[in-house]
Amino acid sequence: MENTYEIMTGNEACTHAAIAAGMRFFAGYPITPATEIAELSSEWLPKVGGKYMQMEDELASMAAIIGASSAGAKAMTATSGPGYSLMQENLGYAAMAEVPIVVAYAMRQGPCQGVATLPAQGDIMQVRWGVHGDHPIIAVAPASVGEVYTETIRAFNLAETYRVPVVIMTDAMLAHMSERIRIPDSSEYECVDRKRPTCPPEEFKPFADDGTGIPPMASFGDGYRWYCSGLIHDETGFPVSDNPQLTSDSIKRLVGKVENNLKDIESYEEYKTEDAEYLIVSIGLLSRSVKDAVDQARQEGIKVGVFRPITVWPFPEQRLAELSQNKRKLFVCEMNEGQLYHVVRESAGVTPVVQITQNNGKMIAAETILKALKEEI
Amino acid sequence: MSEKQHVFDTFLRQDKLPHIWCPGCGNGIVINALIRAIEKTEIDPDNVVIVSGIGCSSRANGYMNFCALHTNHGRALPYATGVKMFNPKLKVIVVTGDGDCTSIGGNHFIHACRRNIDITTVVFNNNNYGMTGGQFSPTTPLGSKTKTSVYGSIDTPFDICSLAAAAGATYVARSTVYHVNMLINQIAEGINHQGFSVVEAVCDCPTLYGRLNKKGAAPDMLLGFKENAVMKAKADTMTEEELKGKIVIGNFAKRVDRKEYTAQYDSIIESAKGGH
Repeated sequence: MENTYEIMTGNEACTHAAIAAGMRFFAGYPITPATEIAELSSEWLPKVGGKYMQMEDELASMAAIIGASSAGAKAMTATSGPGYSLMQENLGYAAMAEVPIVVAYAMRQGPCQGVATLPAQGDIMQVRWGVHGDHPIIAVAPASVGEVYTETIRAFNLAETYRVPVVIMTDAMLAHMSERIRIPDSSEYECVDRKRPTCPPEEFKPFADDGTGIPPMASFGDGYRWYCSGLIHDETGFPVSDNPQLTSDSIKRLVGKVENNLKDIESYEEYKTEDAEYLIVSIGLLSRSVKDAVDQARQEGIKVGVFRPITVWPFPEQRLAELSQNKRKLFVCEMNEGQLYHVVRESAGVTPVVQITQNNGKMIAAETILKALKEEI
Repeated sequence: MSEKQHVFDTFLRQDKLPHIWCPGCGNGIVINALIRAIEKTEIDPDNVVIVSGIGCSSRANGYMNFCALHTNHGRALPYATGVKMFNPKLKVIVVTGDGDCTSIGGNHFIHACRRNIDITTVVFNNNNYGMTGGQFSPTTPLGSKTKTSVYGSIDTPFDICSLAAAAGATYVARSTVYHVNMLINQIAEGINHQGFSVVEAVCDCPTLYGRLNKKGAAPDMLLGFKENAVMKAKADTMTEEELKGKIVIGNFAKRVDRKEYTAQYDSIIESAKGGH
């Protein structure tokens, strides 16, 4: 197998991988620090027969990719804080109508306009709960440009498999920094396509559970006439407003698509955890600072390891609960006022959980993490 | 009509009827016109996609037997744009209301007009928000009473057709639910037109807008449309004063000078593949 190496930014790797994964439609609106994904999509997509659209705003961008996906496209948009806030309304439709879409999301310092060019991790909870109502969502947080590449491919595959919106969470720094990465050969990964109906068109019920919890999806124009509403709907997609059982069953099936498939969806990395007495939980690019701190701490004889959820949502809570059992303390290192902290506490049992946070647009330096660690042990 | 099925048998989802609209509502007449227009154009029903937003009018596609998305309030056009852009073979029709299209969806509307993508938009204009109980919309006439303008509306209304034409829509027409044949022809022309087309169907809402403004029952409102309608060509010769309370019907734009959007993008693909 030939090894191809390239120097790429996170945003370049994301766009390159998306096209490798089968993306043929992109709609977006310029926003720092995600803009390069739109720029590159506009240049690269038509070369492979794909389509790029610059929409009037982020509401329209999210709407357009859902429309394109309904017509059979693998579709993505890219955004950051303020734009992501605008996307929530239609993101809810993607979750409700079970239309596969991917969002490349470069986090920047918030709140509001915040600092557009600086990284942060202030949107971990927005990614999970920005959409109103109970709904399924998957979010992956790569830690390197190379992992942006592989996780982007996985994001498309997860969206197609589960008909759930998938968010690729990077930050302003990972989006813009360059690393030398190996471009995987297409024989090394699978590109998953959504399950299609096989019944005669007149028998097709677009939201009927085939026993897997994930109904087959037809594309507009392929002979299956289907209708979908963003209202609670029956298996024909038609709104039903006076059926408590159907309402409850629909929501349970929607969220069950993720909750019943954790084994396949969840991924995480454990670093030096075997003999660890202390564990630091961290996601994304920041986890590399944390690993540096852990290496330094180990030189001083402190037995500490790292637990890095790669899927932030669903959060790998069961594995963390197992790891927490024999730890003296857990630490959560994050660039916000404490978001992952609350999730970690749910998995920690009786093990104390300590926050290491810095919320100023700067990556947390290994030295800062090490100092905070030593103060607590 | 012995063997051939009636168009309503095949184009309406009979199992979803009766509809949710009030007695006398004009929305059914617009569905009738839309279905007859689709029949008239002889397009393949499997290639029709009808996209709607939220509101009374946006329920229309649920009753029609085509592919359809019932989306979020105001967002039908960008959803439809994604559908059409990815697969230009599809005949994409948007059903929307005055509030859905020109208030919450106003920005999407002017940009769809500007882009000139081949989508046919049918705006059910009943001059108020019906589904939420009759509040004023961007087309409620000045001085009209609604649930949120009990002292009379002071918000100057939009003229949907002038707005669409000014924003660059290449086919723009208006009719009313009284002038059904004209409405059928306009929708059919809009579907056949290669570009962004807007057909405004002035529609009665006897339960709310009509009742609150003492316009009588549905038949009275329809007769009002008949009496107050003025053809565009004649209206162009009338003064502003003479046009007060009138409904100008007919064609507002019919242009062939602008290229359709997906066709333009096909050229981009061609040159990108050619390495230019």
